[in-house]
Amino acid sequence: MMNIQNYVQAESLEEAYQLNQKRSGRIIGGMLWMKMARNTVGTAIDLCRLGLDTIEETEDEFSIGAMAALRQLEQHPGLNAWTKGAAARAVQDIVGVQFRNMATVGGSVWGRFGFSDVLTFLLSLDTYVELYRGGLLPLEEFASLKKDNDILVRIHIRKKPGAFVYQAMRNQRTDFPVLTCALSRMEDGYRTVIGARPGRALVLRDETNLLAGGITEESAEAFASWAAERIPVGSNLRGSAAYRTQLVRVLVKRGLLELGGKETWN
Amino acid sequence: MELKLTLNGRTVTDHIEPGLLLIDFLRSHGCFSVKRGCETSNCGLCTVLMDGRPVLSCSMLAARAAGHSIMTLEGLQEEAADFAGFIADQGADQCGFCNPGFVMNTIALLREIPDPTDDEIRAFLAGNLCRCSGYDGQLRGIRRYLDSKKADASPEKGGSHGA
Repeated sequence: MMNIQNYVQAESLEEAYQLNQKRSGRIIGGMLWMKMARNTVGTAIDLCRLGLDTIEETEDEFSIGAMAALRQLEQHPGLNAWTKGAAARAVQDIVGVQFRNMATVGGSVWGRFGFSDVLTFLLSLDTYVELYRGGLLPLEEFASLKKDNDILVRIHIRKKPGAFVYQAMRNQRTDFPVLTCALSRMEDGYRTVIGARPGRALVLRDETNLLAGGITEESAEAFASWAAERIPVGSNLRGSAAYRTQLVRVLVKRGLLELGGKETWN
Repeated sequence: MELKLTLNGRTVTDHIEPGLLLIDFLRSHGCFSVKRGCETSNCGLCTVLMDGRPVLSCSMLAARAAGHSIMTLEGLQEEAADFAGFIADQGADQCGFCNPGFVMNTIALLREIPDPTDDEIRAFLAGNLCRCSGYDGQLRGIRRYLDSKKADASPEKGGSHGA
């Protein structure tokens, strides 16, 4: 368990930002992952009083506060209507209800964890992060950056019309995923996101136009095989690289067939 | 630092260390139903309700609970007694260690979904681990409780409530 010397509920983002510039300052989210660390935190900076625990829907976007819980993603009627339940499917097997009431969307995105269902799902949408000093940044770009001392304020999902699917493979319900897979079809094309490789989620686009003629059994198979060749995977105690390569092929094909309305897997 | 919260309906004020976990605060205030299990946020043993939502007290700083309402099993005996007997009748709580966490999360389940399906029960209680029973006993107990409530509510069947 980490040792916390001072705890502050920030009154403003500026106060949180200034406190976070010190080496010993740490922004705390749900604290579920962070508390496992064995280190000393000079000042634990809590954003819980800044009104960042809501999901707001407008005509153009969903705006998710960094302190919104995963359970809110799971239960938000507008977001789940928009994604046809993919938002709920992406988080519903993360440990349990109690955990999802605490784990924050901001913590999941800021952590850029390899195992993250949340990051995989959000990368399949037209998602931007809002940083206190850094402004708006596409999530795909943010995901490839190293952590710094800025503050993640909100996550914005633009309502680009499309279809969305989420798949994951777990050895056991509530365990970390062996592989995560989110697919979308929006006006600018198909997006396939593979996470828990076990590295950080990667986005793959239909560069070879295998899906240009639409989704059929054959095109889904061809794209899934191509994806399995392209996505770098590794081994850990949950699965070998060879197994993950097979899973990429299977989950991408299933996801595409679901996206195309050919099959329903969830 | 000073912490003020509502614990089982009573205002409690205390001086705490900044890194104190909620579970330790609760146990130091006599709430021994809140137990330490995995300490990796996985087992659900330390479940309490914060403003009515189930959370893991082993993973929350006590300081974050400032100004909030915390309920433990000590404060929910009556609500728990409604269905706990049905779970016991199914032999679901063999060693009993996981039971307080299960009961707390079942209270949260039944408040949110008063008439859950078996799948909804399984999904809601997935974050509560039990090493004795294989979960079937808990499911049967909750199902029997719900069936008995329906029977009680039905004027034709005349309501035979029994655990």
